[in-house]
Formats: sequence, C-alpha cells, structure tokens
Amino acid sequence: MIDRDMAPLLQVSDLSRHYGGQVGCEDVSFELYPGEVLGVVGESGSGKTTLLKCIAGLLPPSAGTVSFDTRVDGPRDIYAMSEPERRMLMRTDWGIVFQNPRDGLRMNVSAGANVGERLMAVGARNYGEIRGNAVDWLTKVEMDLGRIDHLPETFSGGMQQRLQIARNLVTQPRLVFMDEPTSGLDVSVQARLLDLIRGLVRQLGIACVVVTHDLGVVRLLSHRLMVMRGGRVVEHGLTDQVLDDPQHPYTQLLVSSILPV
Amino acid sequence: MDGITNPEAPETLAGYNFAYLDEQTKRMIRRATLKAVAIPGYQVPFGSREMPLPYGWGTGGIQVTASIIGVEDTLKVIDQGADDTTNAVNIRRFFAKTAGVATTEKTAEASIIQTRHRIPEEPLRADQIIVYQVPQPEPLRFIEPREAETRKMHALSEYGIMHVGLYEEIAHFGRITQGYNYPVQVDDRYIMAPSPIPKFDNPKMDHMPALQLFGAGREKRIYAVPPHTKVKSLDFEDHPFTIESWEQSCALCGSSESYLDEVITDDRGSRLFVCSDSDYCRTRRDAGHEGSGLPVPAEPDTTASEPAGESS
Amino acid sequence: MTQPSQTSDVEEMIQVEGLSKGFTLHNQGGIRIPVLENVSFTVKRGECVVLAGASGSGKSTLLRSIHANYLAEAGSILVRHDETWIDLVGAPPHLVLDIRERTLGHVSQFLRVIPRIGALDLVAQPLLTRGFDETAAQRRAEEMLERLAIPRALWALPPATFSGGEQQRVNIAMTFARDYPILLLDEPTASLDAGNRQAVIDLIVEARDRGVAIVGIFHDAFVRDAVGTRTYTVDSARKAA
Repeated sequence: MIDRDMAPLLQVSDLSRHYGGQVGCEDVSFELYPGEVLGVVGESGSGKTTLLKCIAGLLPPSAGTVSFDTRVDGPRDIYAMSEPERRMLMRTDWGIVFQNPRDGLRMNVSAGANVGERLMAVGARNYGEIRGNAVDWLTKVEMDLGRIDHLPETFSGGMQQRLQIARNLVTQPRLVFMDEPTSGLDVSVQARLLDLIRGLVRQLGIACVVVTHDLGVVRLLSHRLMVMRGGRVVEHGLTDQVLDDPQHPYTQLLVSSILPV
Repeated sequence: MDGITNPEAPETLAGYNFAYLDEQTKRMIRRATLKAVAIPGYQVPFGSREMPLPYGWGTGGIQVTASIIGVEDTLKVIDQGADDTTNAVNIRRFFAKTAGVATTEKTAEASIIQTRHRIPEEPLRADQIIVYQVPQPEPLRFIEPREAETRKMHALSEYGIMHVGLYEEIAHFGRITQGYNYPVQVDDRYIMAPSPIPKFDNPKMDHMPALQLFGAGREKRIYAVPPHTKVKSLDFEDHPFTIESWEQSCALCGSSESYLDEVITDDRGSRLFVCSDSDYCRTRRDAGHEGSGLPVPAEPDTTASEPAGESS
Repeated sequence: MTQPSQTSDVEEMIQVEGLSKGFTLHNQGGIRIPVLENVSFTVKRGECVVLAGASGSGKSTLLRSIHANYLAEAGSILVRHDETWIDLVGAPPHLVLDIRERTLGHVSQFLRVIPRIGALDLVAQPLLTRGFDETAAQRRAEEMLERLAIPRALWALPPATFSGGEQQRVNIAMTFARDYPILLLDEPTASLDAGNRQAVIDLIVEARDRGVAIVGIFHDAFVRDAVGTRTYTVDSARKAA
C-alpha cells in the first residue's frame, strides 16, 4: 500500500515555533508518505502539541515550512496559501481529531448533522444522500444508529470521540491529525477506539500524525515514531525499531519506564 | 429638489430637519445604502442613530426611509400587511409630521413602502422602493454567536452550516419547518435574512423590479437587493422549498391567491380566514369580488362526550 | 542502492557486509555492550541459512538487524527488492516499510496481538492488498490455519487468549500465507509439539524449494537438520574482527 515512488504527502522542513523567548518546537523536519502513520511521543512540555498545531495549519510557525501535496496544484506551502484555500483544505482533504471532543464537534446539532456538515459545506444538497452518508459513517465507527438524531452532549466520551472521527473521515481526507485521541477515556473504551482507528486508517489508506504520551498507542497505531523532548526531535525511526532498539538516552528512559501489565 | 432649501416644501414640525434626521446622517446612510446595493445581500454596518422610539419598533426601517424620502414621494406603511395597526399608523404619522409627504394606503400609489413582516400582494414596479424592518440581520446567528466568525463565514462563503440547520429540521420534524425569516441566497453569493416575512413572500423577492432595502436599527446593519436580482430560498433537492397554502379562501374578497390570516371569531374555535394585505383585500372588494363572509366552524371534538340530557 | 561485489546478482537475495552492532545503555552509566563485529555473509535463493552460535552470541541481534528492527552501527545490509539492491542501513522509513510489506517476511517469537481481530481475519486481511479478492484471501487463510492445525472453532476468535503454541502457529500462518522472496524466522517452532513442528518444517521446506531465501534461528536440532542448507556461526564472525 505504501508506494515508494510517490511523492511525500506532507513535508515539514526546519519547523520552529517560539513563544517570545520560550521554545515551543525547534528544527523539526520529516516527510510523511500516503498511508503512513507517524506517532509523535513526548512528555508534557515536549513540544508535540505545538508541533501538531503548526503542521495542521492552526498555528503559523516562527520559521520553516509545511508543504502539502494538494490534489490539484501539487506540493504547496500551507502558510503561503490564502486563508480561504487553507480553510477549504482543512475541511476536505484534512481531518483533525481533538483531544477534547467539544473542540471538534458541534454540540448543539445532532450526530447526523455533525457528520453531514462537511458534505453540506462542499455543496451536498440531497438530504437523503447526506443522511445515508451519515448512517454509513456512524456504522463504520460502530455507533448505535438509533442515536443519529441525538445531540452529542448526551454521548459518553468514547462515543463523542467516535463521532469526531466520523465527522472528519466523511470527506475521505488523505491526512488526519490526532491529538491524544484516547486520553481521558476508560481503558476498555480506549482499546476499542484504538482498534477502530487502526482499522479505518489501514482500510482507507489515510496518512496520520498521532500525538500522544502513551507508547502503547504508538505501538499499535503507528509505522514510524518521533520522540520529542524540550521542543526538539531526539529520535526518529520505525516504531518497532525505536521501541526495541532505542538509541537516545531519553528514549531509553521512556521505554524502560513503561509499567508492565 | 431637497427638503431643506425648497420654499415650496410642505410645513413640517418646527425645529426638526426634513424627515427628522440631519443631512449628514442621511448622507452616511445613503452611502451605506449605495454600498449595500452594490453588494447584493451583504450586510453593511452603519451608524444607527437614536430615534424617538425604542429598538424593536422599526428604527432601522425608519432611518432608511428617512434617508431616501423626498418631497414628491408618497409613503405607505404596513405592519403584518395592514395599514391600520398602531405601528403602521404611528410611523406614517411620523413621516407626515417631519417630512410633510403624501401618504397612502394603496400599494399602487406609493413610491416608498415601509413594511414590517410582509410584502404586499400587488406586484411592485421599478419606480417603487420597499424598505423592510429587520430585527436580526445575521442569518447565521442562530448557530454561530460570534460576530467575528460570521463575518468570516460570509467572506469565505462558508455556508454549510445553514444547510445543517435545515437538515436538523427535516431530521426532527420530517420537513423544513422554518415558516418565516426563511434564509435566502442572493445573486448566488450572500446568504441573507429576508426579515420575518412569511416564506410565502420569499418568491416575490426573486427578480423583483423594485429596489429592496433592509434596515436593522439595533444591530446597525443595512443591506439590499437591487432590482431584478436572483433570490433563491435554501432547500434540499429532495426537500424543495414550498410555500404555505390554505384550504379556505378569503372570507371577505374570496381570494385564494393571497396570504391569509386566521381570525378566531368565538370561544368555540370558529375562525375566519382573511387576506393579511388589507389594501389588496379592499381593492378586490371594490372591484366586486366577494367572499363567503362566513366563519369556518371548529372541527367537531370527537374525543369529548356530552353527558346525557345536556343540550348544546 | 549499491551493487554487490559478486558478478551474478540474480541468485543473491541478502548481502550483509561489515555489519557491526552494539548497545549503549545511557541510563546505566553509558556502558556499551558490543554484540556483532564486522559480520559479512550472503544468502541466495533456495537457501536456508541457519544462524548458529552460543546463547548471547548475537544470532537474534543479527536477524533483527536484517529485519531493520535493530539499527546497525556500521556496515551495510543489502536486500534484493523489486530487482534492485537496497541498503537497509540508512534507507528512508517508507522504503523499509515497503520492503517489509512485499519482500522481507518475518516470523518473530512473539505474536503482536491486535485486539478484536479474529485469527482467520488476521491471516486473510493482509492478502487483500496483495491482489487476492475476499473469497480467495479467505480460502488461503483457511488452508494455512488447517495445515497448522488451528481448530476451526478458534478461527473467529482473537488470538490474545490462545495458548503460546497456538499463537505461534497463527504467526506462522500470517507470514507463510503470503509469498515473500525472503523469510526471516526467529525460533518458529519454539512452543510447538512434535506434530505441529512437522507442519512448520514442511512449510519451510516448500518455501525453500520454491526459491525463497531463508535465514533462521532454530534451537531444535531436528528442525535445523530438516530445513537448513547451511550454517552460519555468528560467534566465529565476531572473533574474526
């Protein structure tokens, strides 16, 4: 599924973001190919969330570029795009799953409307088809279809996250960013959600950047892993290699700190 | 001929400028109006003035009318289709006092029509202007409370959320239930709130030969639809826009084409349906049309049973 | 992409050259444990090279290095992929992933458990991207599981609850269901009884005779003799530095 002759989908070069004198993230560079899942791990303050915001178009960097291979125009610097272009990209070819579902959902419209919104935003005008799509996606994320007209406020955290995923995937984006998608959920709920994400990502060939502090999540979901500390990437490689043969002292510390079950 | 220096101008209330507003204010409002006409459906902010009546009583419409009215104009004011409600009477009197202009109740004779919540049944002409009173000019406000965000959405044509609102109605009620202030798209660009006119009136806005101006005093916005402009009500392909219809016709003039008001005539639920547009109804009666004049009885109550021995 | 030193590159599938690998434990005072030094060897199609050596000699390290699970410190690991040579050392991640996907099969000692996916689906799903349609993938997966004597009743169940031996056999089914030109086997029969062991031996021999290049660690002498075509002793390479 990963074609080595393809151009990278996302290319990040020398990305830095400072908050005044504070370093958010510094000198981050990597490429992401279609269908690859990249995990970004680090503890609090490592800069991983800042990095995610910068590469997801939410926060302009202080230096460096983020280049996305658009369907129509080839590789484009996302911050050189006009705001309307970037917003359109974020609504169609990209998805963002936030840690707090309230940041990624409209809490005052029904689940079905949440899923259908992106379709309506790009011109879908047939109610039956929109609803059909919503039904499909809610099924794919294993939600009870009887809740399609309910408000997300009435859902559990796990269900809200699944709704968030459905809402993002409905336009079949090629790249999805996830910020701690399972934090705060019960362990059994986490496992189911991770499994769902893993399955959907593989099935749909979506490239994914998953930011998390949980090494178990990256082991399950990601092909590649970046370890961040103090705003910098200290190690970078295939997930199994970084976890089984960590080179950097900090990575070795992280890996050895995992509590055995 | 302007109202200030024309010696033949009718006598107006002493101490007030023609049509109440000072000329600089009128100029500011006209500028905003020109911009609005140049960008159909786009809400232009303006410096709304303190008027001698509170917000919610048509201050926006009055300011627009005051800025465009001249000595030769004939003004009609309606409220819910009627010329004789308190608000319509007061506003008409206001302009008579401050501008001395001729007023009328006949749609065909007016050059400016200020309206709250209805468009006259009689088709308007190119030499007429209709001024709508608007409570909430922002069609997106129902779902997006932030002004900064709604402005961006209009600028970027991010209108998906409007259809989300319609979707919700169909999902909950089986059909689009919004009956008034039904959102429209103007000139295939801006989404606009047509003011709380019934959706029955929306089709009249499409390619209307008259200029349509909208004023919101509290919200401080003016917008416009130039003559012969496309105005399309939002809908879904499989749930197309429809207007209201009645089984009855007007009890007074017999019309089955106009928007009917339901009037309860007794405490048993009998009701009369009459034209909401009073001028339209009267014109038809003058021309000889007649309605049945009879109230429609209430539907028989099949659930209640009358105790034996009681007479009605 | 470098060319091998030999003249004919059609038979060779793996070329390890000057491979060195050690571990530095930064959190234990930075002590360094050298494991492999200057290892060089070649594997051809139809060979089954048995890695031999005392416990701790680096057999597993060598195998895992060839799988790119461990990072080499020096030297090169050339792998024949799509008719060209790729050096796994320094190759970009997406290329290594492609090689693992299509060229380099691997059976490890541990089954990576994916929650909620049944044994049959675990074997069948990867085949869908290899040009099998759903029915064919299903059939092949069933064949494999039958050969490895996984009871039908377990096919729909996720292997997390299986015994060690059953998990091992699912592992093997997953890898052998696909057609890899190269296979790396790390103790594939470790948890198996004699009967099941034979089924695995048959699979390996069939693959070998089909021209697959195999490198394996087999602690069981019986298995070694049955499948191996030659032995490579890791110890001796270390000493040859």
